[in-house]
Amino acid sequence: PPRPASAPPPPGTLASQPAMAAAMLLRRLPAARPPLMAATRLISDSTAPLTIETSMPFTAHIVDPPSRDVATTPAELVAFFHDMSLMRRMEIAADSLYKAKLIRGFCHLYDGQEAVCAGMEAAITRKDSIITAYRDHCIFLSRGGDLVTAFAELMGRQVGCSRGKGGSMHFYKKDANFYGGHGIVGAQVPLGCGLAFAQKYRKEDTVSFSLYGDGAANQGQLFEALNISALWKLPAILVCENNHYGMGTAEWRAAKSPSYYKRGDYVPGLKVI
Amino acid sequence: MTVREALNSALDEEMSADPSVFLMGEEVGEYQGAYKITKGLLDKYGPDRVLDTPITEAGFTGIGVGAAYQGLRPVVEFMTFNFSMQAIDHIINSAAKSNYMSAGQISVPIVFRGPNGAAAGVGAQHSQCYAAWYAHVPGLKVLTPYSAEDARGLLKAAIRDPDPVVFLENELLYGESFPIKAEVLDSSFSVPIGKAKIEREGKDVTITAFSKMVGYALQAAEILSKEGISAEVINLRSIRPLDRAAINASVRKTNRLVTVEEGFPQHGVGAEICMSVVEDSFEYLDAPVERIAGADVPMPYAANLERLAVPQVEDIVRAAKRACYRSS
Repeated sequence: PPRPASAPPPPGTLASQPAMAAAMLLRRLPAARPPLMAATRLISDSTAPLTIETSMPFTAHIVDPPSRDVATTPAELVAFFHDMSLMRRMEIAADSLYKAKLIRGFCHLYDGQEAVCAGMEAAITRKDSIITAYRDHCIFLSRGGDLVTAFAELMGRQVGCSRGKGGSMHFYKKDANFYGGHGIVGAQVPLGCGLAFAQKYRKEDTVSFSLYGDGAANQGQLFEALNISALWKLPAILVCENNHYGMGTAEWRAAKSPSYYKRGDYVPGLKVI
Repeated sequence: MTVREALNSALDEEMSADPSVFLMGEEVGEYQGAYKITKGLLDKYGPDRVLDTPITEAGFTGIGVGAAYQGLRPVVEFMTFNFSMQAIDHIINSAAKSNYMSAGQISVPIVFRGPNGAAAGVGAQHSQCYAAWYAHVPGLKVLTPYSAEDARGLLKAAIRDPDPVVFLENELLYGESFPIKAEVLDSSFSVPIGKAKIEREGKDVTITAFSKMVGYALQAAEILSKEGISAEVINLRSIRPLDRAAINASVRKTNRLVTVEEGFPQHGVGAEICMSVVEDSFEYLDAPVERIAGADVPMPYAANLERLAVPQVEDIVRAAKRACYRSS
């Protein structure tokens, strides 16, 4: 039988909103099932270990690539799917709201990129820090933010996560070490290396992730921050989310070299997709 | 105490009192500071807290602001504020606006300090005054010390402040010595942000000034007093927030105002002071407000041209006299 709506959801997933989870689970159940189907589990809650090979090999730059075999469980995979689906639905809804002019200004959507932030969270803790540019709605969710405060912020309401003062590009969640939400392309990378500086200064044994796009990858300040991070050995990880467009300009017209994972030169890099 | 000693001792004491305070900038460590302001601090606090940076202002300023997001208290030195333009996006968009945009979640307790304004013979790209630029921005505090007491007290206040502070020093003042009271030497001494100081009381005309021009205004006041004009000299100390109350109270007393600054005239600090007085104390003015500023040209190199491009004491005296004789 499917997991009852009242059972505790897996920790750290977006289904930690009981009412929302219940509604979604109920919607998945067919109205009437033939007796033959009654014995079939529709949603797996199994925590039996499962090993999956990644769809593509990793390409490495001055580092040994990790194994393609990833240890997971069916429940974890379902949680990923659930969280990513929620993010996708949120972004598509935001698109409709934007076209209806209920969201003003800019609205940068993360649909298609959900796997990056969903997968990252499985490898880190909330003590590690994340910073990104303006495509920030889903990272806010993956760091524990909720839909109501996200939509309220997008529509300029006081109960929004930035009390309506930030907007789409300025979501933050400091208690989960999510530092925004930045409108200036590339600025978030030196800032993220600064977060790593503070982590090292305080000997916290945590790391910082600076997410940026293929457009921001060409910014000079990224290389300035990388140089200093390498010199000072900061626990900084730069994550390039390559969606092949920088604003409206295709990658091949903006970047002489699309091998962003190698651009660190003396810094190790990994190409994931 | 010289201004240099005042700044050095303030940095030393604040670093000693709070382990989250650290310094970064070009030449601040092994070189002992481009102008020796950070002399001895690397030896005392070590390379984890006094960091020499490469010549990459955008990168290291961003790193400083990011460290402040996580609760450290960086003091970022710009060798001169001309180079801050390379990092101005981080000062304004990453630091100044973050507390507002995050509705208070993120606070940025960072200080940006260094020499500002004209030096001597360094040419157009090394001589600009940035007081008006930074004071324009909500979310920043902008301080302009003049004396050793100002330097010590305001730098301590800036480091303790939870918000970003732009601290504009003056290279030509570093070596100048000022008498100080005993209380200034106390490690808990600080000067409140947003309060101007009446350096000299007077009743005929108010002269506002900041940084090096305070010294010039005091010299002008001395000359004016011999000609029967009693000038009140206000050392602004803080450009943002501006002490409008003190300025207006003085103008209500003297009825005449001369604003003095070294920077370019258009959209300068004097323009804002004039507007504040027009808004609050218009009926008290007996003469139009006089503005003394640098010449509206990029700073020339030749000594005689440079002298003509910055205000001199005689210019302040002339302006004060114009303000005093203009009424019917």
